[in-house]
Amino acid sequence: MSSDRVRATPARVPARRKRRLREPQSTMTIQFMVNGETVERTVEVRKTLADFLREDLGLTGTHLGCEHGVCGACTVLLNGEPVRSCLLFAVQAAGAAIETVESLAPGDALHPVQTAFREHHGLQCGFCTPGFLMSAVALLRDHTVPTDEQILETLGGHLCRCTGYQGIVEAVRAAARTWQR
Amino acid sequence: MKPAPFRYVAPRSVDETLALLAEHGAEGKILAGGQSLVPLLNMRLARPQVIVDINGIRSLAYIRRKDDHLHVGALTRQRAVEESATVRRQMPLLGEAIRFVGHPQIRTRGTVGGSLAHADPSAELPAVAAALDAELVVRSPSGERALSPGEFFAGYLTTALEPTDLLTEIRFPLLPERTGTAFVEVARRHGDFALVGVAAVVRRSDGTIAEARLAFTGVGPGPVRARGAEGRLAGSAGTSRVFADAAREAAARLDPESDIHATAQYRRDVAATLARRALELAWQRSGGRSR
Repeated sequence: MSSDRVRATPARVPARRKRRLREPQSTMTIQFMVNGETVERTVEVRKTLADFLREDLGLTGTHLGCEHGVCGACTVLLNGEPVRSCLLFAVQAAGAAIETVESLAPGDALHPVQTAFREHHGLQCGFCTPGFLMSAVALLRDHTVPTDEQILETLGGHLCRCTGYQGIVEAVRAAARTWQR
Repeated sequence: MKPAPFRYVAPRSVDETLALLAEHGAEGKILAGGQSLVPLLNMRLARPQVIVDINGIRSLAYIRRKDDHLHVGALTRQRAVEESATVRRQMPLLGEAIRFVGHPQIRTRGTVGGSLAHADPSAELPAVAAALDAELVVRSPSGERALSPGEFFAGYLTTALEPTDLLTEIRFPLLPERTGTAFVEVARRHGDFALVGVAAVVRRSDGTIAEARLAFTGVGPGPVRARGAEGRLAGSAGTSRVFADAAREAAARLDPESDIHATAQYRRDVAATLARRALELAWQRSGGRSR
């Protein structure tokens, strides 16, 4: 997916002249992959990736809780790694591959990790769930049989005010068993 | 939440970064991993005019052993340090401490240089740099200079970096044989900033402490080296009593602040306990090869 790497280019500016210092921009046109599709948009540089996904692309599955990196609800995958989309500007994702929670179940069938969350009471209100899911998916891609320590380390980067966490831990353990990778 | 408007530029080289910093001066702000800066922007506690995003400078991200130092590029992600076999082998203190920095989802973006340049008084890496006598390599339009932690850290969220400077590399001197290290920390929750953190380095000569270094975080405006206690430890026998006395002495000289998380006295008490544990652990680890 990362073969489409494209450099961020300033909007409405003619081709860069060599040896001139790059000019800071207020808006830029960026191109990157979101859930497998190439996206090109002109965005204000101060727009976070989270706001961009929600407002410009309508991908409202990514939730915003604290907006300063603590709660983990906005976690998405950037080139396969979990990151806080509230602490990244959309322009910084130029050339990258982004995966959001919408990519997990493209049709009617839930992703095995989602199924495990449902079956093990891994969610109640669901606000924090998109972030938990993306971190869990990244963990389980890297470790088919994660240790409890690895699971707790990963989930420690997320807050949930409903479940008391035990159901989430159980769901990730179960997903490691059921997800055929 | 929206940061106040700014203009953005993403240079591709160190030279281009320096030129941009020189052009925009105090109005410019370097964006590395963004895990401290972006919250400040989102909350509008910081309102730089120009953001200079250095994430595209691949040449600033590396971990390599060269001669008698471990060289870490300033843009190296904390996650890369955590997963590095070289770090585990050559500089285990760095690998041990970095797991206390935020969470995995933070460390995938957060950088070594960013954490040092931000200089949060409760951050782990400044104490590690202090305990390891790291050299902080800074590039400016007039050239390159290497600063000791004592020169680099200038107080609360403050370093010797000028607006036209870029921290490019951190050099950790490799530790001699029979040296053990340890990092311990107490935080309200794992991943939070430390109430108190301690880095210890102990080199042994049979049953005697040849050299000891102790650095605290969370108890002052920046990392604090306990030089007095270090001096007393050198040449002493490596006994629990000696470590406990040194830890108490070091903690008694600290002047931490009280805040909503802990009183100054509580921090001092925690510092004494953690210093003892860190010294004993480092001593145990100094038994075999340099660990």
